[in-house]
Amino acid sequence: MNNTSFHHAQTAHCESGVISNLLGHQGLKISEPMAFGIGAGLFFGHLPFVKVNGVPGTTYRIWPGAIFQRVCSRLGVKMTAQKFSSPEKGMLALDETIAAGIPVGLQSSVYYLPYFPASYRFHFNAHNLVVYGKKDRNYLVSDPVMDTVTEIDPESLIQARFAKGFPAPKGKMYYPVSVPTQVSFEKPIIEGIKQTCHYMLKVPIPMFGVNGIRFLAKRVKNYPEKLDDRRAALYLGNIIRMQEEIGTGGAGFRFVYAAFLQEAAPILKKPELEKLAGELTQIGDLWRNFAFSAGRVCKSRSADNTSYSDLSEMLFRTAAAEEAFFRKLSKAI
Amino acid sequence: MKKEEVPQDSDNLHEGTFKQIMYAVDNTGGYVQVQSSGWEPENIALGQAWEEVNQRIEAAKQRVLAGEISPVAYYMEKNIMDLALLANYVGKFQWQVKRHMKPTVFRRLSQKMLQRYADAFKISISDLQHIK
Repeated sequence: MNNTSFHHAQTAHCESGVISNLLGHQGLKISEPMAFGIGAGLFFGHLPFVKVNGVPGTTYRIWPGAIFQRVCSRLGVKMTAQKFSSPEKGMLALDETIAAGIPVGLQSSVYYLPYFPASYRFHFNAHNLVVYGKKDRNYLVSDPVMDTVTEIDPESLIQARFAKGFPAPKGKMYYPVSVPTQVSFEKPIIEGIKQTCHYMLKVPIPMFGVNGIRFLAKRVKNYPEKLDDRRAALYLGNIIRMQEEIGTGGAGFRFVYAAFLQEAAPILKKPELEKLAGELTQIGDLWRNFAFSAGRVCKSRSADNTSYSDLSEMLFRTAAAEEAFFRKLSKAI
Repeated sequence: MKKEEVPQDSDNLHEGTFKQIMYAVDNTGGYVQVQSSGWEPENIALGQAWEEVNQRIEAAKQRVLAGEISPVAYYMEKNIMDLALLANYVGKFQWQVKRHMKPTVFRRLSQKMLQRYADAFKISISDLQHIK
């Protein structure tokens, strides 16, 4: 079988990383922060009713797949995506496509990827990776959050691609079919920034955007009253994990987005974006301080009111800083 | 976050090798990618999440040994699944899976049904019937 050479670059986040690597392979150079920004990946949401293992969900990014879809439509990239009714069909289609020399993106469950450390393998079904060839039975994998390329056995890959649960990957496989040779980033950047500002400031749902941060702040304050010590620590721990665990680039994607603004400034010839990137870096540091203090509280295992109201205060301050920041950003554009 | 401040708090959860990418500013103020081997708050949070999982597994194990629940419940915890996910894997309704968690019902399950559970948990039927 013919193996395509594929340039693997490690990135913070799987979705923007796969976009960057797949489009780069087709000659369209786009950095991870640029893909993340154009795809309007930054977000905040706290969803107490959507529980994962009994713990309310928090997200610092837009829903899976949205970045991909937006980057492609804004840059004029045509993608083809298929889902399959059976593993046999899904693996056959994969074999045919990589035999034709086309690296493909696959949606998969982290739980069944043997190359991850066991401690990170939860049932998370919206992970993205690239398969670019085959060596004997094994598939050659470029997983953007890993520092080098790796291999996976077909059995594990089938399990990962056809994992059950939500969202079920159903073997989802995608690759670009036409990539423009000349692209201008200007308009896509502006559209991406406008969309992010809209999602952070104007969505009239209290769990989303900067209001979502305040919503979480109010709930954190009440954790000691509503929950026992152990559950309070688990709830808090989950916020830290969503913010800092693999894939966010630190501070719940705030640093990736600041890197995007920095890259966007010379393209749009707007030096104020550079300044705003600096402000967002400081906001990212507020998030990091929050995670640090929250980690301390988890470790001490005592749900005393003071520590939880301090954490709540920190979140209120972060929300105020983000609100001011996004208002400035929407004016700067 | 400055480049020099990118934490390198490795612990055994990362198995010593896994490094993730962080974005941080260098001394000119420009963003660069920096590898990080982990950060303490995240390690604490991940550690306590696993502690919770392990406690649930151990509690389920004791209840199986005491004859209160069937091994289906134990293996569900062991595979970090919930009822909805397990029901999805074996192609049954949640109330049916819940019934299969009763030892008396579990003992009467067909070979075919046992095989489905064994497949979902990636174990043999005999391991399913006799937990270690």
